[in-house]
Formats: sequence, structure tokens, C-alpha cells
Amino acid sequence: MEGHPATIPTAPSGAGIRLPGVGVGLGRGVIVLYLSLIVMLPLAAVLDESLSGGIGAFWDAVTGAESMAALKLTVISSLIVVAINAFFGTIIAWVLVRDEFPGKGAVNALIDLPFALPTIVAGLTLLTLYGSESPFGLDIAFTRAAIVVALCFVTLPFITRAVQPLLMEMDREMEEAATSLGAGGFTVFRRIIFPNLLPGILAGALLAFARALGEYGSLILISGNIPFKTEVSSVFIRSQIESGNVAGASAVSVVLLAISLLLLIAVSLLVRWSASNQPGILSRAVNRIISRSQVGGGP
Amino acid sequence: MTARAPAKWGLRTLAFGYLGLLLLAPVGLIFWKTFEHGLGPPIDAMTSPDALHAIWLTLLMVAVAVPLNTVFGVGCALLLVRYKWKGNAVIDGIINLPFAISPIVIGLSLFLLYGNAGWFGPTLSEWGIKVLFSTPGMILASIFVSLPFVVREVVPVLQEIGTEQEQAASTLGANAWQTFWRITLPAIRWGVAYGVVLTTARVLGEFGAVTIVSGLISGQTETLPLFVAKSFEQFNEQAAYAGAIVLALLALTTLLLMSVGGRKAKASGPIPIAGDTTISMSNAKEGS
Repeated sequence: MEGHPATIPTAPSGAGIRLPGVGVGLGRGVIVLYLSLIVMLPLAAVLDESLSGGIGAFWDAVTGAESMAALKLTVISSLIVVAINAFFGTIIAWVLVRDEFPGKGAVNALIDLPFALPTIVAGLTLLTLYGSESPFGLDIAFTRAAIVVALCFVTLPFITRAVQPLLMEMDREMEEAATSLGAGGFTVFRRIIFPNLLPGILAGALLAFARALGEYGSLILISGNIPFKTEVSSVFIRSQIESGNVAGASAVSVVLLAISLLLLIAVSLLVRWSASNQPGILSRAVNRIISRSQVGGGP
Repeated sequence: MTARAPAKWGLRTLAFGYLGLLLLAPVGLIFWKTFEHGLGPPIDAMTSPDALHAIWLTLLMVAVAVPLNTVFGVGCALLLVRYKWKGNAVIDGIINLPFAISPIVIGLSLFLLYGNAGWFGPTLSEWGIKVLFSTPGMILASIFVSLPFVVREVVPVLQEIGTEQEQAASTLGANAWQTFWRITLPAIRWGVAYGVVLTTARVLGEFGAVTIVSGLISGQTETLPLFVAKSFEQFNEQAAYAGAIVLALLALTTLLLMSVGGRKAKASGPIPIAGDTTISMSNAKEGS
């Protein structure tokens, strides 16, 4: 096992004791049944429904004008949000690791608030500050800017939490050597710090992008859900269910699902690729982020 | 690199400015708006029949989904880590699926199974069982969205503790159940506790999936998050804010438990403390 002291002899494989009294086969059967009933059957129903009219109908549903507009809006706002949070998330990670200030522990704990806050509360909260009753007169409700702000909120912790552990484990000798050789602050960042943090930034960005693509709860109140203008894909799916076009809703769902599966595969490849430099750090960070990011809701 | 003073202050300004505008100001404002006129209005709003019913229904979701997913999660983690099987990789992939799917798609999937035109809907309604637009459907949605937490928290702990102590226990004559209760469960308890906290928090706050299967019937199929959304849409802002504050406080509690639990898990270390094990072992012998 990783990190185990070598003094403890490891058990020969296959010598694991039979833990639960019930048979392992029975246990496996129960697990497969549970997963089938709770997860696989419902998803199979979505896939089946999306193809109920044949592949042509599937394609028409996905490429329909309103569906395409929603998909485009979702992808473009998600890309903008990921870029914003890559910038600010890295700076926040830096300040939390390399800077000292009173209340650092509290700020560090607060970073996870967007992960823990139920998405509907996140949406309501943002609408209070950036809606028609904004105390600063910043009314952006029912605009595309509101979508970007809401997505920035719910994806805020991803990049910070992916970069933080890398920054903590980074060897400072390299930076000191570069500085003593005459490199300026920006050169040290560009040539030494940034390349070391890049796997974390990328992993956080991919996870944040996956989250933003499927986000629903935090957008429903603030985006206004105006077709062709502020209707994202998840809201489009809901409106199609309500208007009885379940096959169309399913087709767009399958597309969203396929994209997020591809993103997750990309993240695991990235983690494996970076493991040669920083064994285990990024992998642990990513696993932690995936669980934490789900607490308040969202894909 | 020790940042020079201007750079340091520049970075601080950017970090705190962003956090302040995006996180602190909105959350602070909603607290202020709720308690603007004292404690009375929010308490009134949360004790209305609809609000109380929403709270009760939300707790019911937790009471069903959390124990089910905990038992499933611990059992599944044990099988995945301790027993090699060709299907383990597939099971592992399926377990993580709910985290890759938009909640709205999860809602749709249940709608397709249990709706009037769904796979199971017609048969179940012949038997007089109503799943969609009633409590069972909402429970299924809650179970679906919160399924991976316990497995994901327990698997790494099980991998780290290894099997030495379990083997020692069985060598000393403990049977499988005794080994599980006295050795394995105490060793993974913080992982399980962590998973339970995350599962509970998710079930309490779930909105997207539940919204599709609930049908939004006030006083019947409304959980607290749905109550917040409906109150806001009906311009009952006081009730919406009060409900949001209850959920926000629960989220802050989760954050606190998460950081305490993280420290506990670290303090107890990858291998359970020797003293712990001795006690467990002597108990195991007494018990047998």
C-alpha cells in the first residue's frame, strides 16, 4: 500500500480474510442489483428514449435551433467562467499558501462554501446582491452576465483546491536558485512556478467545466431562462420535459452526459500523466474535489 | 520566492476582492436581509404549515437515503478493496456516474422510468403505487444523487489500513462479523462518518433532481430547497430567505464537520493506534 512503512510484512495476495459472514457472491449480487435499480436502469431509460425516434430524430433534437442556442450558451459561458476562475483561483491558492495574514484558517475553510451551499441557496444569494433589489444598483438578473456570475460562484473552489496542494509540496530551492541567478519575480513565476502548477490548474479547470455544463439549481432563479438568450442546456432540458418533448430532452441529456464523461476521462489521464512528477498529490486532490464539489448539488 | 511588498498587496487585493464580491457580500447580505426586522419574521416564516411540512419531508429523505447509502457504501467499499474481481472496475465506474450527471438528467431518468408512459409507471400504478410526483420518487432521486459519497470516502481508508490486523484477529479466532465490528469498522469510522456527513448535506440541499420528480405540490411534495424556490417565485421573499438561511446554516455546519473530520482522520493516522486495537481485540475475545 502507498505510504506503508516497509517494516510491516504485507500479506500474500489472496490471503484476505472473509470479512462479512454472508457470501461474497451474495454481497456482489446485492450491490449489482442496487446499482442497476438506482443508477443503470434510469440511465438506460434516458438512452432508450433519446433514440426512440431513430438516430435522425436524435440528431434533429440536438441540432434544433433552441437546443443549439442553449448548448452554445452553456459551453461559451462555461469556458469564460473556467478562464476567470483559473486566474483568480490560482491567485487565491497562492495567497493561502505563501502569504501570512490573520484569519487565514477561516478564509481557507470558507473557500469550500460554494461546494457545501445548496445550489438553490447559491442562486438566491447571488440574486439578492446582483438582482433588481441590489444595494449597489448592480442589476444583472436575467442576463448572460448573471449566468457567468452564478457559474463563477459554484465553480470557485475547483482550481484553488487543485493548485493548493501542489503549491504546498513545491520545492522552494528551485525558486531560490533562480532568484539568486538573477531571475526576476515574473520570470521565476513563468519558468518555475507556473509549469509546476499547470497540472493542477488544468485538472481543476476540467472539473469546473464539467460542473458548469450541467449546472441547474444556481441558475434557475437568476438567469431568467429566456429561450435563445439566457436558457442554458439544463434549463432547456427541463422546459422540454414540461412541454412534453421527452425524447428531445433525453437527446440533449445524452449529449451532456457524453461530454462530462469525456471530461472525467481527460482528468484521470491528466492525473496519471502528472503522477510521474508529483506522486499521488494531484490524484488525492482531484478525488477530494470530486466528492466535495457534489455536496451542495450539481454534476 | 518572497514576493515584494507591492506584488504581495496586489495579489492579496485580487484574492480578497474576488472572494468578497462573489462569496462574502452575497452570503452576508442574505443573512442581513433575513434578520433585518429581528428574529420574529424568519421564525414565523419557518413555522408556517407549508414550511414545517417541507422540513419534515426533507428529514424523511435524509432518514431513508442516508442509512441505505451508508450500508451500501461500506459493503461495496469492502468488496471493492478486499476481494479481487474482474467486475470491480465496472462497479467502480458506475458508482462514480451520479457525480458526472446533471441533476436535471437524473430527474429526467426517473421521470422516464416511473412516469405514466414510463417503463415501470403503468404497472406500478395498476398496483396502486405512485412513485412519480410523490415521496417514493423523491427518495429515489435523493438516493441516486448521494450514492457515491460513502464508497468514495471509505475506499481510500480501507486501502490504507491494510489487512494485517484483520488477519491477526481471524488468527486469534474471531469470526468474520467479529473482525468487521471490532477491527475494520473502528478503523474506518472516520471515513464512514465523513461520508455520512457529505451524503446528508447533499440530500438536504438537492434541488435539480427532486424538482423534476416532485411535481411541486405545496404541502405535499415540497422539500426545503423546493420551498425556497417556490416562495421566491411567489414573491414571498421572507419565507424564501428564512428557508435559505436554514439551508445555509446546515451547509456551514457541514463545512465545520468537514474540517474537524479531516483533522480527526489525519490524527488517527493510516494505521489505527496500537492501543485501540488491543482494546478491540480483548473485547473480541470477551465477546466470543
